[in-house]
Amino acid sequence: MAMQFYASPEQVQRDRSEYARKGIARGRSAVVLTYEGGILLVAENITTLRKISEIYDKIGFAAVGRYNEFESLRRAGIRMADVNGYSYDRRDVTGRFLANAYTQTLGAIFTETQKPYEVEICIAQVGSSPETDELYRITYDGSVMDEPGFMAMGGQAEAISTVLREGHDSAAELPAALALAAKALGSVGGENGATRTLDSKQLEVAVLDRRRKGRAFRRIHGAALVALLENTESVPETDLGDVDAAPPPPATTDKPTVSAASEEDTADKPGTPDPSEPADGVNGDGS
Amino acid sequence: MPDYFTNAGTSSFTQFLSHTSPELLPGRRPLPPGLSADIAPHATTIVAIATAEGVVMGGDRRATMGNLIASRDIEKVHPADSYSLIGIAGTAGIGIELMRLFQVELEHYEKIEGTMLSLDGKANRLAGMVRGNLGAAMQGLAVVPLFAGFDFSPADPAKIGRIFSFDVAGGLYEETGYDAIGSGSLFAKSALKKKYRAGLSSDEAVRLAVEALYDAADDDTATGGPDLTRKIFPVVMTATANGTHRLSEAEITAVAEQVVAGRMENPGG
Repeated sequence: MAMQFYASPEQVQRDRSEYARKGIARGRSAVVLTYEGGILLVAENITTLRKISEIYDKIGFAAVGRYNEFESLRRAGIRMADVNGYSYDRRDVTGRFLANAYTQTLGAIFTETQKPYEVEICIAQVGSSPETDELYRITYDGSVMDEPGFMAMGGQAEAISTVLREGHDSAAELPAALALAAKALGSVGGENGATRTLDSKQLEVAVLDRRRKGRAFRRIHGAALVALLENTESVPETDLGDVDAAPPPPATTDKPTVSAASEEDTADKPGTPDPSEPADGVNGDGS
Repeated sequence: MPDYFTNAGTSSFTQFLSHTSPELLPGRRPLPPGLSADIAPHATTIVAIATAEGVVMGGDRRATMGNLIASRDIEKVHPADSYSLIGIAGTAGIGIELMRLFQVELEHYEKIEGTMLSLDGKANRLAGMVRGNLGAAMQGLAVVPLFAGFDFSPADPAKIGRIFSFDVAGGLYEETGYDAIGSGSLFAKSALKKKYRAGLSSDEAVRLAVEALYDAADDDTATGGPDLTRKIFPVVMTATANGTHRLSEAEITAVAEQVVAGRMENPGG
């Protein structure tokens, strides 16, 4: 019969923590910081899979670690927020409520299951001024921290945080805030401790815009991101991305189902409007 | 968080609710037998017109309960998402619930998948939701929406504004040019038939929508006309490449006053 070795609870917890920390440290990092016009979320990400997402009107999500794990947490957050917003009111969905749900979930997974989640997530809620912004950092073991204006997650978060701490200014404009985020993310990971310069293809960027009514989350990508990264001039708000939703691609002829709206040809049409143009919000009040 | 929140599951909010909180969904409540048509207010006429830039949708402001006016300023036309509009006719309570659920449904999909549903996809979802209400509809609590939106990827490049109508059984029909629903729809559609032409501008279509609603109110007691004394005018919205837009108080007042002035000269329009 195999001998069952005794492991003290402390040892078990330590092992799990170490396992989770190692997993997280393998991935690329993300930073979240407040600026004058809202909250900026930046992740180092060369894939098309996303680490940053919209959760609700004023709430954004950023994560590092294992994709399948934080993706299921992201979905859960959206579902919880939408169920609450639907059964109560849109204003009744708060960042603190979500942070509490996440800390419970991650805490339970950490203590009760064999393998802890190798993730670290941030729930950001934008307020009317930088002082009222809320940043919650929730780690693999379910501990939650209310961060003061900026935070870094992932491998070498300490080093990145140091750069942010030196340069963070909640009154900064968006280009300055983005430059700081890119500098902080690039401060680690170079050969022999050298700094790297990250370009638009290596960054996933989104903002929670405090001036927008309704859904505040906007992705910044493509030309707008290049422009923001290259110069420190302010980019007009109309050049910022759309809501987190590019319209679907043109219909194809081999569409499997045919409804009342079947189509025969999908010839390219000139003058199709640019789907990346921002649209008015949709909050039931037509704003 | 319970397991069903974190599993991969579905991108549809309605489907998710049907597993977790079915009591929040319309059309799932047991109804007492018998016809219950007159227990709740009814919303009435909605018109939609396809334009060169997208679509225009307008609705009158009246809700009725039998021979009574239940509300003078109900709003029956709303944005469904950034590029589409929904109007409701029939039992107001169920209609408003359906519309709210549809709004969350579209936004939920957008957030989970990171991409917007196609316009056909949105219309099909709405048809499914109407179908779910069939039981209540057969007992007199019918609700029928009108759905219209700007299509980013139309099969026919000339048809960027598209209109979909539904029947109580969840049938989905794409309409050409214009459509109307509700008790005054007969008169509104007749008016639109005479005045509509392809390629209207948004401004012309707004005027036409208000004219059609005036004609509906003229002959249907359940449809409210422009209320000049209380300054209550139809809700008119547009959906174009720039997103949805609701005409401001001042804009719609100006249009409604023009229409009323025109009818002073010629009551038939």
